[in-house]
Amino acid sequence: MTSGSPAGRWRFRGVLARRRTAPSRARRRLGAAARMLAALALAGGVYTAFAPGAFAEDTTQLSATAQEGKQLYDNSCITCHGRDAQGVTGRGPSLIGVGSASVEFQVGTGRMPMTRQEAQAEEKKPQFDKTQTKQLGQYIQELGGGPQLPSDGKYTEDLKENPEALARGGELFRVNCTSCHGFGGGGGALSSGKYAPALHDASPETLYAAMLTGPQNMPVFGDNQLTPEQKREIITYVTVQLQQDKDPGGLFNLGRYGPVTEGLAIFGVGITILVFTALWIAGKS
Amino acid sequence: MKRKKVDLAQAPVTFAKGVDERYKAATPLRGLLNKVFPDHWSFLLGEIALFSFIILLLTGVFLTLFFDPSMKEVAYEGPYSALRGTEMSAAYESSLRLSFEVRGGLFMRQMHHWAALLFMASIVVHMARIFFTGAFRKPREANWAIGVVLFLLGFLAGFTGYSLPDDGLSGTGLRIASAIMLSIPVAGTWISASIFGGEFPGHLIIGRFYIAHVLLIPGGLLALISVHLGLVFAQKHTQWPGPMRTNTNVVGERMFPRYALKQGGFFMAVFGTVALMAGLFQINPIWLFGPYRASEVSSASQPDWYVMFMDGLVRLMPNWQIYIGDYSIPPLFWPAVVGLGALTTVPMFYPWIEARRLKDKTVHNLLQRPRDNPERVGIGAMSLAFFMVATLSGGNDVIADKFHISLNAMTWAGRIGLLILPPLAYYISVRVCLGLQQHDREVLAHGVETGIIRRLPNGQFIEVHQPLGPVDDHGHPIPLEYGGWVVPKKMNRVGALAPAIKGFFFPVEKPAEAPVSPGMPPVTGQEKREEITTGR
Repeated sequence: MTSGSPAGRWRFRGVLARRRTAPSRARRRLGAAARMLAALALAGGVYTAFAPGAFAEDTTQLSATAQEGKQLYDNSCITCHGRDAQGVTGRGPSLIGVGSASVEFQVGTGRMPMTRQEAQAEEKKPQFDKTQTKQLGQYIQELGGGPQLPSDGKYTEDLKENPEALARGGELFRVNCTSCHGFGGGGGALSSGKYAPALHDASPETLYAAMLTGPQNMPVFGDNQLTPEQKREIITYVTVQLQQDKDPGGLFNLGRYGPVTEGLAIFGVGITILVFTALWIAGKS
Repeated sequence: MKRKKVDLAQAPVTFAKGVDERYKAATPLRGLLNKVFPDHWSFLLGEIALFSFIILLLTGVFLTLFFDPSMKEVAYEGPYSALRGTEMSAAYESSLRLSFEVRGGLFMRQMHHWAALLFMASIVVHMARIFFTGAFRKPREANWAIGVVLFLLGFLAGFTGYSLPDDGLSGTGLRIASAIMLSIPVAGTWISASIFGGEFPGHLIIGRFYIAHVLLIPGGLLALISVHLGLVFAQKHTQWPGPMRTNTNVVGERMFPRYALKQGGFFMAVFGTVALMAGLFQINPIWLFGPYRASEVSSASQPDWYVMFMDGLVRLMPNWQIYIGDYSIPPLFWPAVVGLGALTTVPMFYPWIEARRLKDKTVHNLLQRPRDNPERVGIGAMSLAFFMVATLSGGNDVIADKFHISLNAMTWAGRIGLLILPPLAYYISVRVCLGLQQHDREVLAHGVETGIIRRLPNGQFIEVHQPLGPVDDHGHPIPLEYGGWVVPKKMNRVGALAPAIKGFFFPVEKPAEAPVSPGMPPVTGQEKREEITTGR
């Protein structure tokens, strides 16, 4: 560095010092060319810095986690979702922009990888553990961005601080969720073999991710439709009121499927008991 | 001091004597208490309906003490935290209060609802018994028609009661009812507007349904049940054919004490079963449904089971909208108005239709075994198959979801099943009836199979048959006439072996001493009778 310091001092002096004589022609030309170059470099630099270049991703380096995720992706997902998650026609959609929340829902609940192509991916034992799921999610997130689960990990409302959250969540649940999942959260049929799954064993994280990303046949409830607080209220209602088996009406809630199972019970239990009783009473002669 | 001796044992006698001297009760009462009822388990099915109606009246009175049939909007402030602060009608609020704050209220509500389901279920089972045994024939045609009206009234009572809590599920049902009214050409809008007092849902409907549910319909039910039972009393009960039973007598047990005791016991059993179900099985959890809002419709919104056949027919109906000028007939009209109307009124006339077809004008006090009238059984099986397909289709979304079937496939299976299964059921049941008849006649002609194989001198093997009656000179049985009653088909039924127990009560029932016809007390010799005295 010592060798560079005199030159720096000289340049410093040269830029600031007022020139007493007119510059020579060659010097002027050289200066114009230098200024031109600097202007071009500036314009180009600003452009490259701000414009979303078509090849921008080529230069993006994947983080270490995403690299691991890419490995997993290239082994298990690429068949249907294609190279770089661009999708394969007739097999699987592009995953550009679905976000890590979607990956964590689909992979975390075992829905992906799918067993076979059918109306809807079924929940099953997860094929990847938690870390692998995170890695896959990170990869997809770094590929194309998209919705992410909140970093604070808060999915429910504290009923001690906010006791009204339960009733508000119930109201929101009945408006937004019951038309498919049913009043009791037992799930329901959709057209052509599709269905809304039961919510009995869904974790708060899963519920949040589902609302945020709209997996399978579910509509997306983005943060503009349901604010994060409203999502937390709904999850509070589902976990507190529906999942904890609060059935004051008896030992058996008949799946909370309504009159179908109730009708089954009156014949299967009530009429059966009483017909046998009738046989018994009439037999006593 | 000499105390007057009080004879406790004589007290009822003196009391009854006093009553008779004042009110002349002995003669009519004797007739009543000595009235004879035939004894067969299938005659108790109608009693289930009667007893559940009594339970409905008792629990219903309890519920009215706490229910507020008002559609005034109030904010809920009760103990159920998941609805606290929610705006709702006073009807729904009072139903929640009834469920969560009134002691025993939820149990009573559930008992009322289970009893209602049981009432309708036992009516259907009882009707099936009447139908398949031909108990509706002359002179009991009117009582059959009254029974069908009772089913209809029960249907209405159930629907109005189901609507009263004004919860999300019942409001959806009301909306469908209003849509059904609106589907009636020309008159629809007027009917709906007059019932709801304007546009759906209005502010009147709960109050109107309330008075219908607690006064008008139960009044009608009570009146018709009285006539129904009065007719059974006056026309006397039907009985199965069998030894000593003719078209002009009634063989059975006296009203008092045996029959009355049995009925009392059976009432306890019905009451206990309903209470058991109310305690074990949660029914209609209105707190999960929330107050009714037109925008909130849950999946698996169904009516109670006895309305489900109509819902099923609506689900199966293709989307055929008929346009006539400026008017249109929506597809809903056909299953919900025409279908329901036909399915509930045509059966009413069945006794007259059958009598006319068979040119049968005689009085029938003896029942027919189902096999003896295959066509009637076929028609019954056909109707039941139709009803079952329609009812299952009413719950097709739940079935599709829980059994992992495509809902569209369920709908098409229902459409095809509704057309294919009833004729199939008719054909199969007629063939089964004819086969059973054939078997009975075979036994009457040839005797009971003994299971003994005999080898004839020429090497031929034959099974030895035990003739049921006299034989001719060659030892061949003289064919017996079919009497319309059980034909013994096993050797132990004709006394060759120890009689086996028929039915489910092997551990509790003592085997009969001598071969008897079911429903007949075993024939025993004269027992030595002891005179019961007061012991003085």
